[in-house]
Amino acid sequence: MVKLSINGTVHDVDVEQDTPLLWVLRDVLGMTGTKFGCGVAQCGACTVHLDGTPVRSCQTAVGDVGDMAIVTIEGIGATPAGAKVQKAWMDLQVAQCGYCQSGQIMSAAALLAQTPAPNDADIDAAMAGNICRCGTYVRIREGVKHAASLT
Amino acid sequence: MRGSTKRAALLAAGIIVVAGAAVLGRMMFLPGPLDFAGGHQVSLADFKGPSPTGVPKELANAALLERGAYLTAAADCQACHTAEGGTPYAGGRPFKLPFGTLYTPNITPDAETGIGRWSDADFLKAVHKGVAPGGRHLYPAFPYASYTLMTDEDVLAIKAYLFSLAPVRRQNLPDTFAFPYNQRWLMIFWGMLFNPDHRFQPVAERGPEWNRGAYLVEGAAHCGECHTPRTPFQAMDTRRKFAGGQAEGWNAYNITPDTTSGIGGWSPEQIEAYLAHGHAKGKSVASGPMREAVELSFSKLSPSDIAAMRSYLQTVPAVHTSLPAAAGPAPREHGATVADNLDGKRMFEGACASCHAWSGAGVNSAEAQLTAKRAVNDPSAANVALMILKGSGPQVAGRPYMPGFSGAYSDEEIAAVANYVTARFGAAASKITPGDVAKLRLE
Amino acid sequence: MDKHLSTPGTSRRDVLRGLACGGLLLAVDLPLGRLAVAGENAPAVFAPDAFIRIAGDGTATLIMPQVEMGQGIYTAMTMLIAEELDLPLGAVRLEAAPASDALYGNPIFKIQATGGSTSVRAYWTPMRKAGAAARAMLVEAAAKRWQVAPASCETRDGTVLHTASGRSLPYGDLAAAAARLTPPADPPLKDPKTFRLLGKTQTRLDIEAKGNGSAKYGIDAMPPGVKFATLASCPVPGGKVKSVDDAQARAVPGVRQVVVLDDLVAVVGDHMWAAKKGLDKLAIVWDEGPNATLSTDSLRAAMHEAAKQPGVVVKSEGADAQPGAPGVISASYELPFLAHAPMEPMNCTVHLRPGACDVWTGTQVMTKAQAMAAQAAGLKPEQVTVHNHLLGGGFGRRLEVDMIDKAVRVAAHVDGPVKVVWTREEDIQKAMYRSTYGSWLSAKLENGKPVAWRHTVVGPSVIARWLPPAFTGGIDIDAIDGASDQPYAVGGFHVEYVRHEPQGVPTCFWRGVGPNNTVFSVESFIDRLARETKSDPLEYRRALLGANPRALQVLNTAAERAGWATPLPPAAGGRVGRGICLQTVFGSYLATIAEVAVRDDGEVQVRRLVTAVDCGMVVNPDGVVSQIQGGLVFGLSAALHGQITFEKGRVQQSNFHDYRVVRIDEMPAVEVHLVPSTEAPGGIGEPGTTTVQPAVANAIYAATGVQLTRMPIDRTLLAKGGRT
Repeated sequence: MVKLSINGTVHDVDVEQDTPLLWVLRDVLGMTGTKFGCGVAQCGACTVHLDGTPVRSCQTAVGDVGDMAIVTIEGIGATPAGAKVQKAWMDLQVAQCGYCQSGQIMSAAALLAQTPAPNDADIDAAMAGNICRCGTYVRIREGVKHAASLT
Repeated sequence: MRGSTKRAALLAAGIIVVAGAAVLGRMMFLPGPLDFAGGHQVSLADFKGPSPTGVPKELANAALLERGAYLTAAADCQACHTAEGGTPYAGGRPFKLPFGTLYTPNITPDAETGIGRWSDADFLKAVHKGVAPGGRHLYPAFPYASYTLMTDEDVLAIKAYLFSLAPVRRQNLPDTFAFPYNQRWLMIFWGMLFNPDHRFQPVAERGPEWNRGAYLVEGAAHCGECHTPRTPFQAMDTRRKFAGGQAEGWNAYNITPDTTSGIGGWSPEQIEAYLAHGHAKGKSVASGPMREAVELSFSKLSPSDIAAMRSYLQTVPAVHTSLPAAAGPAPREHGATVADNLDGKRMFEGACASCHAWSGAGVNSAEAQLTAKRAVNDPSAANVALMILKGSGPQVAGRPYMPGFSGAYSDEEIAAVANYVTARFGAAASKITPGDVAKLRLE
Repeated sequence: MDKHLSTPGTSRRDVLRGLACGGLLLAVDLPLGRLAVAGENAPAVFAPDAFIRIAGDGTATLIMPQVEMGQGIYTAMTMLIAEELDLPLGAVRLEAAPASDALYGNPIFKIQATGGSTSVRAYWTPMRKAGAAARAMLVEAAAKRWQVAPASCETRDGTVLHTASGRSLPYGDLAAAAARLTPPADPPLKDPKTFRLLGKTQTRLDIEAKGNGSAKYGIDAMPPGVKFATLASCPVPGGKVKSVDDAQARAVPGVRQVVVLDDLVAVVGDHMWAAKKGLDKLAIVWDEGPNATLSTDSLRAAMHEAAKQPGVVVKSEGADAQPGAPGVISASYELPFLAHAPMEPMNCTVHLRPGACDVWTGTQVMTKAQAMAAQAAGLKPEQVTVHNHLLGGGFGRRLEVDMIDKAVRVAAHVDGPVKVVWTREEDIQKAMYRSTYGSWLSAKLENGKPVAWRHTVVGPSVIARWLPPAFTGGIDIDAIDGASDQPYAVGGFHVEYVRHEPQGVPTCFWRGVGPNNTVFSVESFIDRLARETKSDPLEYRRALLGANPRALQVLNTAAERAGWATPLPPAAGGRVGRGICLQTVFGSYLATIAEVAVRDDGEVQVRRLVTAVDCGMVVNPDGVVSQIQGGLVFGLSAALHGQITFEKGRVQQSNFHDYRVVRIDEMPAVEVHLVPSTEAPGGIGEPGTTTVQPAVANAIYAATGVQLTRMPIDRTLLAKGGRT
């Protein structure tokens, strides 16, 4: 049994310690907002927060999570930065197919929580690990800046 | 004047000859593996206390095959005698040496292509003396100069295990050495000079754990074959035991107790965790050949044996080498040294920061930490570049995985990101070139 | 009509649950949406055609024939119908159409397919007519009730009004009466000048769900009791399973089953991780079959050999430009194999039981999916229910149904529903690919201008397999699109098509389709001719566009916005350049100007892309901009990084670390300018993609004097002192 705190709720899950958090979220708990894209931490679709740090859940074993607080796309709207990013994403119509956007929003929210007024270099550093195959990068960049400007 | 000049010239020549002979002698006559420890090296029979050879006490009552399997793992026969994607022990793995390529032989019990027809004596002679049936002299890429310390009983237990495997029919490949390196008889002299050719002799003044560690480290596990620098005659330079060597392009780092360039700053727990699991938190992650050694060998050894190896390693003389002490945590922004390395920065952001974090502190696992890691603080960046090229090896459940990027990025890009990583997170910026990367690619 | 979605005898609650798993949760999550159930034959439902339902409570539902894969079609189609029906956009609920070519066949393809930038082109008139007919019937019903002339009534926000008497009735109150009327044959459409919605940017209907994790894709399907599987097909296309040792796989905790089929092995487990660990532990011996020696080189050599054969004549007008003849300039251009790599890996969830099969997936082809599932399951198509979902990217990959075939065959051995998910490696290595294509071009010049033009297109015919009725006379209309109708006046005009199917490699459509090849080659060749005649590439094009005012206008717009005549900002090494691409495919006119800097080591930085678009009348302007922006990035990935290579029959790339796509830190500045137009709508999904490779290649040509004739960019050709 592994105990996980996800979006403020504690879950007990019966999985092997080496199981990546991604599959516990999706397949065991049915929280499908966190997406599988590559399985090797190259695309960022599976990004969640552990104590506020963005991690790739496909490469994070549940056994390593311990008592760190997990926040997923389903819960990020409850954080100030997450709410801003979600609003900015709506205002700028960022999403196309939308599949990568859970991860994009999680990375952007972590960036804003750490760096309230990011410049282009900050955005590159924080967002380059998230691939968008539809090519919404122009709006992601604008979206992060717009989110930073929201009060 | 002329006479004195001549005398001086003769004197000088004499000094050169004598000095040359001394140097040569020094190169030819090296200390034995345990000579550093002082005390008296005695026969096993004369050693007081439990025997340092054989299997650990947990397996004291194990059957022959089980003991053989353990010792085969301890000697890590599988790593070299298995081709990529091939059947274990069926050989065929290439070793690219400066003189040509060597392919490891099939050591499954197939009668035609393996060692199925070898007698016990044949096997002992090969493992202890580097001479195969028919008098064929083996190159010391086969670590018989270490294995020679193993007892007959242990070597024959390995043979029993190998003979219990399914025979695999796979023809051995000829090596590609050119003259004079293809003259195998020359190995007779190499063996005479550099193979101790005796079984393990414990040091009477040391305890059983130390001697057990010595038996494993110097014999079965043959650590020195990679970690001890080589003399020009390709012998292990035992005066600089474990001061660092090379393996397939990877730097095999200094594992002496030196506090900056070696593992003197590692806690006993860190050393044991590294051996048993391939990861010493905040110090190093086993990669390349060492990753294989952990997977196939050390991870299968008993905790008592891992502790014994650690206890022995901590007593060898510290050798200070040029490796710098690890740098501390990296600044949030990269400094001027890497500001112009935009390729490296771009690659790091896109392909590396996901796991290693922009700060190099690692996000997804402790293994992913870059700062303070030995390889990242190695100004040659060889291991960093190799890790980028080859990744962490096959995906194995329970440990983090890093893909290899050789197919996606050019030599220029890999050199750029390796230099970025060392400059940003290490003690000194590396200057690895695309040409260096091209060579590493071929390893 | 909709028995698959609303099974008689089940409770509404069951239906809702089933539908929730079936991809319509989007509707639930829409701000103004509530789940609508088609085919619940509640008496007061007004259903004038296959697309519109208006219930007694006033709720309007659009049965959506097209699938949403990011292109914004849910929003655009809803706008079309809401415009003519005079409904607020938010008042329309969406419901994915069930499988039926008869009812929901794309008017261009005649099958129920979304692709080829056809949706708005195909539905611009039919959807508006559907809305207009429904509106006319509601008006007629109201006029009858009030005993006034229909012409004296008007409609606004879901209400019929009779201003003269001050009366009004909401649509819901009229639904029952309208349902008894006969739809008008040719209802009048609104004058575009009076559009409330069309041509004005609207918020995407799917935007909120895609920002909070509630949007459901095929991979998110969770039918009760579902198990999870992943699979391995032979690494060599066409290979078979010879033997499998699954002892270690079965020992993995959570592994339930190993399914060994003729051509693949699947591991079924309690979750994907168990299945994947199990798969890694399988020892599979493959019979690699006849393709085990394929390599990129052998495939390329075969294409070059094919190019020497005479092709099918597509066009032959006037003087010819034979290669090697005096005054004739010739060149050839080639594109590599590409994978689609949509962010949502291939997946399909199947529940197969005697006489019935449910399939949960995201597909661009509903009826093909249904037919393939039926074939694989040994059922009749009507016994298969396909629950379609949002697509996490399509790009043409989900115009194919190979993944449905595999998943159903696996499910045949599994008790209960099973979700089969491809690993990314499997998705890239055992896929269908955008084929290599080649173009061989020749032009005869007089006074610097072409007086004869010859273009031979060499490539496979995806159409012949995918839409056989459209493959006539040996000509693939997709492969030659952009060659036979290029925009320039070139005198004698000869176009041939050589059908060449790469041995053993399964090929399919890829965003931009045939014009990726034809536009790249024509635009590169035009630049070549301009350089040969020492002309400015912009002026050279302008001079050949006399009879093509729309093309000329987008070209001029792009040139002006990009500042064609102004000096470029300098770069280290000093090699900078601008390049043009002009294209007139998919019914839209695009001109893109790329700015690049090329370093001494050959590294190319694309700094800016400026695109002018005339796609006729626009439904949702911001949606068009979004599609062009995205298409540009898709094309940029292909130009900078994209290639699938083969060695020993195996694909050498495996995941995003070696099949690279553009990341945000490689992004140029992107500007999209819409040129107002009253022409018929054109496509916008593909054009952005096809425009990039030629624009970037021509910019590199300008910066370095090296014309790249193959994609992706080969940096070694551009390094100073490198090979040429």
